[in-house]
Amino acid sequence: MNNFFFIGIPYAAFIIMLVGTIFRYTNYSFKYSSLSSQFLEGRVLHRGSRPFHWGVIALFFGHLIGFLFPSAVIAWNGEPVRLLIIEVSALAFALAFLYGLVILIIRRITNERVQVVTSKMDIYVYVVLVAQVITGIWIAYSYRWGSTWYASSMVPYLRSIFLLSPEIGAVVVLPLMVKIHIVTAFVFIGMIPFTRYVHFLVYPIRFAWRPMQVVIWNWDRKIIRNSAKGTKTVKSRNN
Amino acid sequence: MDVRSQISMVFHLDKCIGCHTCSIACKNIWTDRKGAEYMWWNNVETKPGTGYPTKWESQKIYKGGWEKKGMTIDLKAAGGLKNLFHNPNMPVLDDYYEPWTYKYDNLFNAPEGDDQPIARTVSLITGKDMDVKAGPNWDDDLGGSPEYARKDVNMDVLTPAEQQAMFQLERMVMFYLPRICNHCLNPACVAACPSGAIYKRGEDGVVLLNQKKCRAWRMCVTACPYKKTYYNWSTGKSEKCILCYPRLETGQAPACMHTCVGRIRYLGVMLYDADKIYEVANCDEKDLVKTQLGIYLDPHDPDVIKAAKENGIADSTIQAAQDSPVYKFVKEWEIALPLHPEYRTIPNLFYVPPLLPTMADTSGDVYETNTDSLWGKAEDTRIPIKYLASLFTAGDTEKIKVVLRKLMAVRHHRRDVTVGDIAKAEVKNIMDASELNAETADAIFRLTSLASFKQRFVIPEAHREEAMEMYEDTGDVKGNQGFGFIEKPERGL
Repeated sequence: MNNFFFIGIPYAAFIIMLVGTIFRYTNYSFKYSSLSSQFLEGRVLHRGSRPFHWGVIALFFGHLIGFLFPSAVIAWNGEPVRLLIIEVSALAFALAFLYGLVILIIRRITNERVQVVTSKMDIYVYVVLVAQVITGIWIAYSYRWGSTWYASSMVPYLRSIFLLSPEIGAVVVLPLMVKIHIVTAFVFIGMIPFTRYVHFLVYPIRFAWRPMQVVIWNWDRKIIRNSAKGTKTVKSRNN
Repeated sequence: MDVRSQISMVFHLDKCIGCHTCSIACKNIWTDRKGAEYMWWNNVETKPGTGYPTKWESQKIYKGGWEKKGMTIDLKAAGGLKNLFHNPNMPVLDDYYEPWTYKYDNLFNAPEGDDQPIARTVSLITGKDMDVKAGPNWDDDLGGSPEYARKDVNMDVLTPAEQQAMFQLERMVMFYLPRICNHCLNPACVAACPSGAIYKRGEDGVVLLNQKKCRAWRMCVTACPYKKTYYNWSTGKSEKCILCYPRLETGQAPACMHTCVGRIRYLGVMLYDADKIYEVANCDEKDLVKTQLGIYLDPHDPDVIKAAKENGIADSTIQAAQDSPVYKFVKEWEIALPLHPEYRTIPNLFYVPPLLPTMADTSGDVYETNTDSLWGKAEDTRIPIKYLASLFTAGDTEKIKVVLRKLMAVRHHRRDVTVGDIAKAEVKNIMDASELNAETADAIFRLTSLASFKQRFVIPEAHREEAMEMYEDTGDVKGNQGFGFIEKPERGL
């Protein structure tokens, strides 16, 4: 059973995520975005979306830093004050995330216009996120050494997953809430290609350095005028 | 000099009768789809009025367009990666209106009763019963003036007394302002799009929106100061006027222009110097109109023709630029002005301002409609010059007066030719003051009122035969160029 939850699900999730996102991007890129509903309702979205996104971004990078530099996290947690800081700030971001999520869920359920653009997958997205954030907050509140556990037990496990020689010894002894948190995290990853989650994969980072104005020429008349050069064979960028 | 060609337009407001035929033609072809019901790529507003979406001209609310920031210009608020999670300046559905239809079925299927059955309004968004509170032209012909006309953003430049005067029954004044996408030279929507989905087509300057690359970040909606990009709530894509480019490429006028009952619309090629775009967009507010006119090149100038050919502009396009009615209105006669040049997007849609009824004599309590001369002075139009200046010249009243004087001079000249009841000396005075000669006045008159279809729309061939890639896969191109879609928009499994 543990093998299924901590080896089977993770690998299935990563394979589905990789194959799914690439397949969807290359074949169905038209739908590769989050379906914004701000146009239909803007005021409540403002209250929910901002804390939701800032919270989830901080939590994501918090987990990522812990994964990349586990020894630094353990060293940092050596002092009780510093442990308190990391746990409290993580909890604060989780609460901001939860606050935003609750507002967004209420908005999606109660607003008639937003209901029209709500798909089945949006509901599953909320179920997984709620499970994630509740267990996460539970861990942060009940187990004061959560961040150290993460660095000392979870990270070796995750590394072993990535290195294709899974070692689940350290995670099977963790409390139930932590296990649920881990499994739903993999479910989340596996859901990415089928839900609005894909939108963070196409975060428009290129905007930061592209020129402001975009002009596309469907064909190059300079070449056409000069018949010796022939017509170009490369498709223009909008195709 | 980097010569490019641009399809530009002139709308002659004196001729607009506000019939909305253009809007209907556009709606029937392009926006009669789910998610696009509320969109009017072409709409006609009554001025004074708040327009569609409500108060779109107030950049205090919507923060669209460009503004001077130090020595350079930048987007006012909508900029790419800021506000991706929630865009605080974006108009929502209620700023436009909630689209609706009627339950016509009820008229036939209602059970027998004491009352006549009625066709209730139902929302096209939720499908539920709704009360209609607004529409795309809710303030047509000054309807609901206290709510709409008096809240016109351009009224801010007038004193309270001047505002009051505009709504006295005897002096009531209005005109129509048809609007489509301006296909700007410095488009704010293009600059704001995080995905780089919006682009200006090099060949003819039409601004298009690649539906496949659009990721629903909605920055274009905020960035366009004219609010001419629209968010399709069903597909999660933005859409905008495509200037009927499939029609243009086959030499037909865009649908809104083709159907125009008043024949107010003109379309033609302008050659411009792309090297000067930044300079024009960045100049002082009082010089905006002047420098914008400077960017358009004389298509008869041999140097310009040479540079155009070097840049690969087809001979037929240069020929079209020479015959362009837009060039005549905008550059030769200088009687057409851009709408709100202070947004600094360098719009390519120009308006001939309306020569509204000149005011009667209002000395004392008597409202005397008998003026000494036939029409009165051009400067005494009922609508305050300051109001027109706020719309068309970024506040420069002198420029508006010059245009109105020219329009009035043409009127006097033609009256002199056809009826001859005005004193010759007076006609000569007016003509001299507006610096028009009889020949030019006749030309203006002809293009304004007698022009044939081919003279109003001078459309160069698109030479699609040389651009095979544009119709290699019609379905593919249709999705890419900004309208329709070849996949169902539903998300999830």
